[in-house]
Amino acid sequence: MTELSAVARRAVEAAAGAGAGDAEAYVSREGGRQVRVHGGEVESLTAATQSGVGIRAWSGHRVGYAYGTDLSDAGVAAIAARAAEAAAVADEDEFAAPPQPAEIEAVPGLGDPSIAEWETARVAELALTVERTALESDPRLVGVETAVYADSDEQVAIASSTGVAGFYEASSAYAYLSALAEGEGARETGLGFGLARGPRGLDPEAIGAEGAQRALAMIGAGKPASRSCPVVLDETVAASFAGLIGGALSAKAVQRGRSPFAGRLEEEVASGAFALHDDGREPDGPASAPFDAEGVPRRRTALIEGGRLRTYLFDTYTANREGVSSTGSASRQGYRSLPSVSTSNLMVGPGELSLEGLLAQAGEGVYVTDVAGLHSGVNPVTGVFSVGASGRIIRGGQLAEPVREFTIAGDLVAMLGAVSAAGAEPRWVPFGGSVSTPPLLIAEMAISGS
Amino acid sequence: MSGLIDQALAERVLARALANGGRFAEVFAERRQGQTLAIDERRIESVQAGAEEGAGVRVVDGATTYFAHVDGLDPAELERAAGEAAGALRAERTEPRPLQARDAVSLPIERRPEDVPAKRKAELLRELDERARGRGGEIAQLNASYAEARREVAVANSDGLFTGDDRTRVRIGVQAVARRDGTVETGAETLGAHRGFELLEDDPGQIAEQAARKALTLLDAVPAPSGSMPVVVGGGFGGVLFHEMTGHGLEADHIQKGASVYVGKLGERVAEPLLNAYDDGRLPGEWGSDAIDDEGQPTQKTKVIEDGRLTSYLYDRLTAERDGVASTGNGRRESFRHLPIPRMTNTYIAPGDATPEAMIADLDRGFYAVSFGGGQVDPATGDFVFGVSEGYLIENGEVTSPCRGATLIGNCLEALAAIDAVGDDFFMKTGICGKGGQKVPVGTGQGHVRVRAMTVGGTER
Repeated sequence: MTELSAVARRAVEAAAGAGAGDAEAYVSREGGRQVRVHGGEVESLTAATQSGVGIRAWSGHRVGYAYGTDLSDAGVAAIAARAAEAAAVADEDEFAAPPQPAEIEAVPGLGDPSIAEWETARVAELALTVERTALESDPRLVGVETAVYADSDEQVAIASSTGVAGFYEASSAYAYLSALAEGEGARETGLGFGLARGPRGLDPEAIGAEGAQRALAMIGAGKPASRSCPVVLDETVAASFAGLIGGALSAKAVQRGRSPFAGRLEEEVASGAFALHDDGREPDGPASAPFDAEGVPRRRTALIEGGRLRTYLFDTYTANREGVSSTGSASRQGYRSLPSVSTSNLMVGPGELSLEGLLAQAGEGVYVTDVAGLHSGVNPVTGVFSVGASGRIIRGGQLAEPVREFTIAGDLVAMLGAVSAAGAEPRWVPFGGSVSTPPLLIAEMAISGS
Repeated sequence: MSGLIDQALAERVLARALANGGRFAEVFAERRQGQTLAIDERRIESVQAGAEEGAGVRVVDGATTYFAHVDGLDPAELERAAGEAAGALRAERTEPRPLQARDAVSLPIERRPEDVPAKRKAELLRELDERARGRGGEIAQLNASYAEARREVAVANSDGLFTGDDRTRVRIGVQAVARRDGTVETGAETLGAHRGFELLEDDPGQIAEQAARKALTLLDAVPAPSGSMPVVVGGGFGGVLFHEMTGHGLEADHIQKGASVYVGKLGERVAEPLLNAYDDGRLPGEWGSDAIDDEGQPTQKTKVIEDGRLTSYLYDRLTAERDGVASTGNGRRESFRHLPIPRMTNTYIAPGDATPEAMIADLDRGFYAVSFGGGQVDPATGDFVFGVSEGYLIENGEVTSPCRGATLIGNCLEALAAIDAVGDDFFMKTGICGKGGQKVPVGTGQGHVRVRAMTVGGTER
């Protein structure tokens, strides 16, 4: 048994000792580093270790939660006691019950030895290469606000009084930059990024070039005229919207009447061109793991197929309430949070057209490469949204001048119905959770500009 | 602070941090405790308690900061973290100055929330639920949350500073969902302060009624207009407009990297002479207030715009050093796991002499944004966007139909210069501001403010 698993077992016993009927402990330990560079120099170098435990205690059908960083025997016992106390404050909920154990199958390839092998100087050089590539790409590229490399290696153990027991280790690495271009009296920013399990999976030149290209492409941007027209969402924007859809497909939102998809099961909610599934075991998925945040095996779940809504995402509680099985969709923000329903790796099905093909099919429209204000401009309950955007005009089926300072507005379900094609090449994007999506062509959207 | 880290240990950690050179070292120790609970579908749920301790050690050499953080306050672990932070340095040992303990006077807390039984907090949530549902049968859903957090912090640095602060914040939030036939609308409201449970002794139920009122009002909403028009922005959280439009662009890290539209504008006219604005980390009891910032610098009131002229940027220690000025006490961090960076505290537009009624009466056609769900800015380009949570049309000098789905969009310098009236009805509201992956509590405030022209992005032509 690993040391973390032993802590989890001890925490479960301590909760029983504190009067909990059932208990579950989630223990994590994470080591990570981050390098920020600016102007050819390392601006900051961070080395981080953190570990903690979160204990869920059931007292009949009441649930309480407590977490902390003190993993000593006395510390864990104090946290367990607080979890049991918290349970006494909660109201009875007949569907609140601990998950039952199920066979857990390992997901291969979650760790990457290059994290341990690459010394800090080498990953710093990676970040410097990201910045340098951008700066050397064009004289109009006047600076890089920040270029960052970060990695982490996380170990997770879970145990419960019902016999759930699991452990895994996973690593991740990413790099990004925000490049600054100048021209026609204004500054423009461009984001470039890459994700992998370790530094060897990142291509610093490609990341730097993407940031530079995005910033340069915006030079001279004006405001588009207000109109309704075809819109192509690039992968980053499509991912942000996919993430919102994934959130609205959580059974918790649905059961509590706070989702535009409530009561729509098996109905047509999208065009046939839009397919969506969640896969917590996808080998390339940044969020992949053998089990979810309450020890239920991760799996693949088809959400929207053939335009129809196939299922919602369930954790144990929402599944009990519906009389179905959990889809292994419990997630947490580390040991500090209670498990809650959320997507793992959300994947939009690819279509057949290249980006050029999507633009050609759009004809006259707008290519959106960035959106802003998603946390305030989208109503997740109704699906109505209006968000800031920037991108390029599509004229005669080709990219034309850049545009900014406009909004795109509509509602999420209507937008899914208007997807007329998906691109052929999906990309992993860290926006909206962990999302793999190609660019999407929307037949019509409201643009508000000048 | 001595409860977190004693002076002898702090001195050892700083000496270890400078063992391989560096011009500055600091240890930041913290204990975080909190409790949250919620009510949803009339049931008390998500009852949680947390307790974390840890420390972050940084060493600065040249333009580089070396940082390591650990969980727990075990002396050996703190020294190990100092060694890790210093690990990449290869210069001559430097010596920290002896520490001089200096007490900061933390904001007063009358009633410690951790001494209030959790059952009482649960009752409070039930009261919020009742009050919102009392607004009528169209309130279909109600969820509300209570959160208390205490952060005890200690800062010691190689200049000899040794100080600390004890911060307690309490906040409640309510979201109401109203339903009529096929129409669903939401309304939200929050109440928070750097205070204890006394915050909630004076009719907190009114925020539940306000959230319900917003949701019910929107049931009669029309789709928001689109296009450029005059916009009157409400008081309180309307101040998020200034926070995004100007506040972020004044943070000195953005300025020094050339990533702000306010670069080189110090002393220049950026707004009409009627505009005066501040960042003030000392406002008693306000959500964004602290006695000291997270580098141990006392917080202060900084005038950022005086009679329409830009008068100051917002500095933490390192950016101030680079500009040869004093820190403005804006070095803040989410926790011991983060490096301090320049952040706003409570940012506000000072009250003017216009009345909201007069601002609206002047307009033939316009948009009235009473409150926002939030906003976002790219300080480098100045492009901003705000989601309107409660908005109305203004027609012939009167507030008419409520609107759903409105967003305001524009560019900082243009919009700031276009503020042509500032109201006398000043108040503050609470926000959570995200920057560089770190969230900190901030206050925003203003009276009503009118912007001559702004783009409203809705779905109606």
